[in-house]
Amino acid sequence: MRHALMVGLAAALAAAPWLTASAQTEDEVNAEFEKFRAVLEQDNPAELWEVKGEQLWKTPRGPKKASLEKCDLGLGPGVVKGAYAQMPRYFADVDRVMDAEARIVHCMITLQGYQYADLAKAPFSSATRTPDPVSIVTYVAAQSEGMKFAPPQSHPKEREAYALGKEIFNFRGGPWDFACASCHGLEGKKRIRTQLLPNFADPATAIAAVQAWPGYRMTGGVMHSLQWRLTDCFRQQRLPKPDYTSETLSLLMTYLTVNASGQTYKGPGIKR
Amino acid sequence: MADPMKIRATLQGDVADVRVLMAHPMETGQRKQAGKVVPLHFIQTITATLNGKQVFAADISQAISRNPVFAFKVKGAKAGDKIAITWKDNTGDTRSDETTVRGDS
Repeated sequence: MRHALMVGLAAALAAAPWLTASAQTEDEVNAEFEKFRAVLEQDNPAELWEVKGEQLWKTPRGPKKASLEKCDLGLGPGVVKGAYAQMPRYFADVDRVMDAEARIVHCMITLQGYQYADLAKAPFSSATRTPDPVSIVTYVAAQSEGMKFAPPQSHPKEREAYALGKEIFNFRGGPWDFACASCHGLEGKKRIRTQLLPNFADPATAIAAVQAWPGYRMTGGVMHSLQWRLTDCFRQQRLPKPDYTSETLSLLMTYLTVNASGQTYKGPGIKR
Repeated sequence: MADPMKIRATLQGDVADVRVLMAHPMETGQRKQAGKVVPLHFIQTITATLNGKQVFAADISQAISRNPVFAFKVKGAKAGDKIAITWKDNTGDTRSDETTVRGDS
């Protein structure tokens, strides 16, 4: 038994792309990773949160015992199909641009009677706990699978959001004098270890910023949303942490999503 | 209460291809959090039935990953048949879900 296991391990190592990387070009290495990802996408645990999120969306909950089925994600109350691909967008009732998760949290507060302070206390997933908004945004995002990103830019506030998002993207600060653009705005291919750093300012590669989010992270087996990812970018830049669902994050998401306009969203994905 | 499973059962000829995603922490009892060992918490048994008749059973260990995927094939299934899956973990927690076999598309 042990012998068979060792043989199996040896075979697996021989096939491991990272061990033969020196003999391959960067593109070949990435192609191997893409194959690995494609296999995993067939049974993506993110679907577990789609199921859970759907229940949370439809079940009367919170102090007001209401479901989220009257929540307006921009296409009318309760319309979920295609809503995610057309966000962030301007909402007149709050007079600001909101991304999907910010809007869901807004609905949980206004329709269900939850308190922002409670939702913002521990808004991100851990190995043992996934906050409800993360599950709900996964469900909502899944209803835009196969659709093209088309965040509106018709309202002046939406155009302003794009411009401000661009400012944030290029704003250098913190002890390391970093901007998002320091890593994701460079010409040519840059990478950190094996991770390619796509250029999010270039429409051809900007899709990488928003594709496969919300995503299931294999490291730790945790479901994460774009709110978490962008908040983590601020941490990586050693900048102050933005508030959960704050306008800053919606503005940055507007910039990133508009840059990816016209490209097809593949639904909640899987991450390394 | 445990979270729902996601079950897919697709017919290929007279064989149903069943794929199940389960939401479970699958703690190995080896991991530490803030200096304390996270206690063992894992699925021990999985059973599958086709229209109430058992077709698959497995005893598994903590060596299986978090949020595991199981795939198996059931011979002689027809479109519309009911596939039900039940798991039980070492804390006595259990969860059952079912789905209907879909014809080939």
